[in-house]
Amino acid sequence: MKIAILRFGGSNCDLDVQKALNNLGVHAELVWYKEALEGFDGAIIPGGFSYGDYLRAGAIAAQTKIMQSVQEMASDGKPILGICNGAQILSESNLVPGTFTLNQYPKFICKWVKLLKIGRSPFTSLSDEVVKLPIAHKEGRYVVPPELLKELYENDQVVFKYVDDKGYPTSAVNPNGSQDNIAAISNLEKNVLAMMPHPERASEKLLGSVDGNAIFQSMIRHINSL
Amino acid sequence: MLFRAEITVKLKNGMLDPEAATIKKALKHLGYDCRSLKQAAVFELEFEADSRQNASDVAQGMCQRLLANPIIHDYSIVLE
Repeated sequence: MKIAILRFGGSNCDLDVQKALNNLGVHAELVWYKEALEGFDGAIIPGGFSYGDYLRAGAIAAQTKIMQSVQEMASDGKPILGICNGAQILSESNLVPGTFTLNQYPKFICKWVKLLKIGRSPFTSLSDEVVKLPIAHKEGRYVVPPELLKELYENDQVVFKYVDDKGYPTSAVNPNGSQDNIAAISNLEKNVLAMMPHPERASEKLLGSVDGNAIFQSMIRHINSL
Repeated sequence: MLFRAEITVKLKNGMLDPEAATIKKALKHLGYDCRSLKQAAVFELEFEADSRQNASDVAQGMCQRLLANPIIHDYSIVLE
């Protein structure tokens, strides 16, 4: 099995993701955006500040040629995971519905959050119901037109919500003003996941949580089942 | 032919604009009490096109593919 970790100018969580995967015994290769994306079983778009977040976070990276290859991988049913800036790139590429925009309180937030797993996703099959992961973003407020939101629930595309210690998605624990406390969203086919929280930053005990490993392990299990 | 385009991209009506809200508050601190405040991005471009229609299509394409996000933005194009 071989997982690609995409790198754009300004990606900065690429090595963290690679280390998290290596810890799980998975071979992951860093792929610069000008290189060919071939022969991979899945791809991860890591966090960072691609192209300085100019225009809108993820907007410029979304227009690169390698994202066409990602689109093809997604069409082939291979799992694609976008984390933070990677999630923004996926939404700007229309690989997932809705968009991530400026936080309600317009500053950069870096903190631990609790997340509730919603529905069924190939990226959360091995995950606990409530997980603890960190967020670190300024443009993470999930926005989606109301008519589309209804469809997302009907099609089971909402994957994680920000919740309190009791597991309720209250406005008090909504860190960025996201619609319905949504922190992660998938495409209709479920093989593309865009999530604002960072699983790779919760992949070793030393970091304060190992809940992120289940996301990667679920992805790997899904690849093995294909 | 050389065309000049002024493209304005702004949030759709009713969309939350936290930056605009902060600017409005800052103006209030200076004694300027505004009932509302909106901000927009303006792109001034010069490019070659065969015809006015072609130039308009090019500018539309720029907005749809990169400059605006249709989920949250409206845009307008003024061609010269």
